[in-house]
Amino acid sequence: MKNIQILGTGCSKCVKLAEAAENAAKAAGIEYHVEKVTDIQKIISFGVMATPALVVDGEVKASGRVPSIDELKGMLS
Amino acid sequence: MGTNMPAIETSSPERSAWRWPLIIGISLAVWFSVYHFLAPASSWLVRTLPWLVPGSHPALAVEFFLYEVPKVLMLLVLIVFVMGVVRSFFSPETTRRLLTGRGERVGTVLAALLGIVTPFCSCSAVPMFIGFMSAGVPLGVTFSFLVSAPMVNEVALVLLFGLFGWKVAGIYLLTGLVIAMVTGWVIGRLHLEGWVQPWVREVSATAGGGEIRLLWSDRFGLGMDALRDIVGRTWPYVVAGVGVGAAIHGWVPADSLAPLMGRTAWWSVPLAVLIGVPMYSNAAGMIPVVQALLAKGAALGTALAFMMAVVALSFPEWVILRRVLTVRLIAVFAGVVSVGIMIVGYLFNYLF
Repeated sequence: MKNIQILGTGCSKCVKLAEAAENAAKAAGIEYHVEKVTDIQKIISFGVMATPALVVDGEVKASGRVPSIDELKGMLS
Repeated sequence: MGTNMPAIETSSPERSAWRWPLIIGISLAVWFSVYHFLAPASSWLVRTLPWLVPGSHPALAVEFFLYEVPKVLMLLVLIVFVMGVVRSFFSPETTRRLLTGRGERVGTVLAALLGIVTPFCSCSAVPMFIGFMSAGVPLGVTFSFLVSAPMVNEVALVLLFGLFGWKVAGIYLLTGLVIAMVTGWVIGRLHLEGWVQPWVREVSATAGGGEIRLLWSDRFGLGMDALRDIVGRTWPYVVAGVGVGAAIHGWVPADSLAPLMGRTAWWSVPLAVLIGVPMYSNAAGMIPVVQALLAKGAALGTALAFMMAVVALSFPEWVILRRVLTVRLIAVFAGVVSVGIMIVGYLFNYLF
């Protein structure tokens, strides 16, 4: 079970990242739980400076961009 | 892009070593030859259209449109790709590292310049603000960056260059940087660190992700991403901006706005800034509006002050910044930037 967190204050790229991450997880057949983190203070606590950011099991995997599906599969596995 | 291709196809190092230089070389050759033939091609196309009288106003307007739209789009494609690659060297983390431990004077100048090349979106303003502050970057230096990043960007510069020439684009670049530096310097001098929300000062500097090592092929890939993303979003504004430009091409501007926003009305510049504050748009979206204002007799400085105010001063952004700054600090920030924009407006009205 992977814990996926999408950090972002609700910009259009954050929505894209959330969709892409879910698609990648489904395509790779990974069981996951997705959570959107929109609170600024929480986002900051991850040490991220550019949103949207992807956090998998507490580890920041990407920030400031939407990685490709293939890249996301690698980050999730 | 075939995402379902087997991995063996793409991961061979011998193939990828010459793949990008080859693609870029061919693309540049095609770019320059097409760009070179744009002018003759558009005038030829206009001459072949039977319903246009050569030399007439409509013919000139159509020719202007047919030449300028591909010209500006091609410039945009080239610059956005180049900037996408350049930006891959300046992640927010890199920029923060470059700004930490500098003196305030060097830091303020450097921050304004880094604002051009660091990837920035207004939704990242707050996380970046805190990221900088927590690493010990002075408040003034941070503000220099926060003003420069949205205002001075390559899309605005390309569009200004394509539609108004290099002088307007160059002065916009210079004055944008100066406004950012002066704002940073003033806020630094005033020592307003105490006006930042208390919880922000308690955030400890977390390393956060770290800097990722990128290959050249990754950087070119990021350039292509920027190209798809930015050109995909901005091309309608280019077409609209050039369209308005073509409609007024060869005609004397109507003067319906002249008494209100013309060069002789001294209060037009502050008024333009005031009207611009509650609105928010990116720089590209403002170009058609600027063109339309000019068409109606507004002075260039007034129109550009309006554009800068819309792009750099936005009420929604202040609401977000409220989480990290006190109202007083936001007011100082807005005040200094407004004064800077007004000076630029008057300067342009005086020069052009």
